[in-house]
Amino acid sequence: MHRTKVRIVEDALDANNTIASANRADFDRAGVKVVNFMSAPGAGKTTLLERVVTSLPGLRVGVLEGDVEGSMDADRLAHLHIPVTQLNTGAGFGGECHLDANMVRSAIPALPLDEIDLLLVENVGNLVCPAEFRIGEDARVMVTAVTEGEDKPLKYPLMFRACELVIINKVDLLPHLDFDLEKLLYNIDAVHPDVDTIVLSARTGHGVDAWRDWLLRIATRAPVEAIA
Amino acid sequence: MHELSLSSAIVNTVVKHAADRPVTVVYLRVGALRQVVSDTLEFYFEFVARGTVCQGARLDQELIPASLRCRGCEHEWAIEIPAFRCPQCAGSDVAIATGNEFEVESIEVEETRCIGQR
Repeated sequence: MHRTKVRIVEDALDANNTIASANRADFDRAGVKVVNFMSAPGAGKTTLLERVVTSLPGLRVGVLEGDVEGSMDADRLAHLHIPVTQLNTGAGFGGECHLDANMVRSAIPALPLDEIDLLLVENVGNLVCPAEFRIGEDARVMVTAVTEGEDKPLKYPLMFRACELVIINKVDLLPHLDFDLEKLLYNIDAVHPDVDTIVLSARTGHGVDAWRDWLLRIATRAPVEAIA
Repeated sequence: MHELSLSSAIVNTVVKHAADRPVTVVYLRVGALRQVVSDTLEFYFEFVARGTVCQGARLDQELIPASLRCRGCEHEWAIEIPAFRCPQCAGSDVAIATGNEFEVESIEVEETRCIGQR
């Protein structure tokens, strides 16, 4: 018996990226734009979706809800009368802390792609893993809330670099917090220079127009290469 | 916490190339920007490897330092903190030269069958 060294040189996430490309091809064929929506738990992703999904002129919107367990978020969106598909990652011990391309692939047959133009995917709340796993999206958005601290971009650079828009939510709480918004914006720029940012409050509606306009721009732009 | 998912990705990649041969060492190149905690990765790898050809394999991690290159002024520099704006021209069109790697470079396998010389 002897040992041999086998040269491989392959990105360990290639398998995921290959499936993500297949997803993307399916979405492109159906004429559906996909936005992957990421944040820490409790940053306000579901509320931000509630705010815009029924007020995007000329766009039929669907939501894919990723959660470890349960359908609380999907239930919250039920009153909006748009197609909402639940995707639970719970399997084995506790469930995956993020969506990956394969999970989204398995959900595609359940998605009403013929009836929608824009699919908003609410990822599992987590600032680490979702940044690593592409799902076949056209754009990635992350949400940070002013209750989370100004140093988040420096602690989670991977996530802040993996998106093309950073939404800063819950600014209605600023008068009650020792929070330096300029410092957060400075840290975001250090980690991801020139990334789009929108400062808003999903609760009061302040700044939500800019979020809506951004989504409209993504939904109508020409397809760009999926894997950056 | 992403080390568990990353361990699975490594094992899947290795299994694909090992052709059922037992793996003794996995040589991995990890860029500093991937935010991978080496000890945690090793811990999960040992766990995820059980029951696969990777069981008992050693994970050899080569850490690649992060360096950036400004497309505007061609300046190249190494970074140790996440600061991606060019320190020379303040430009934002900055490429990651090194530090984004997460690749299985090679594996060492046991050839269990005797292969006759021809």
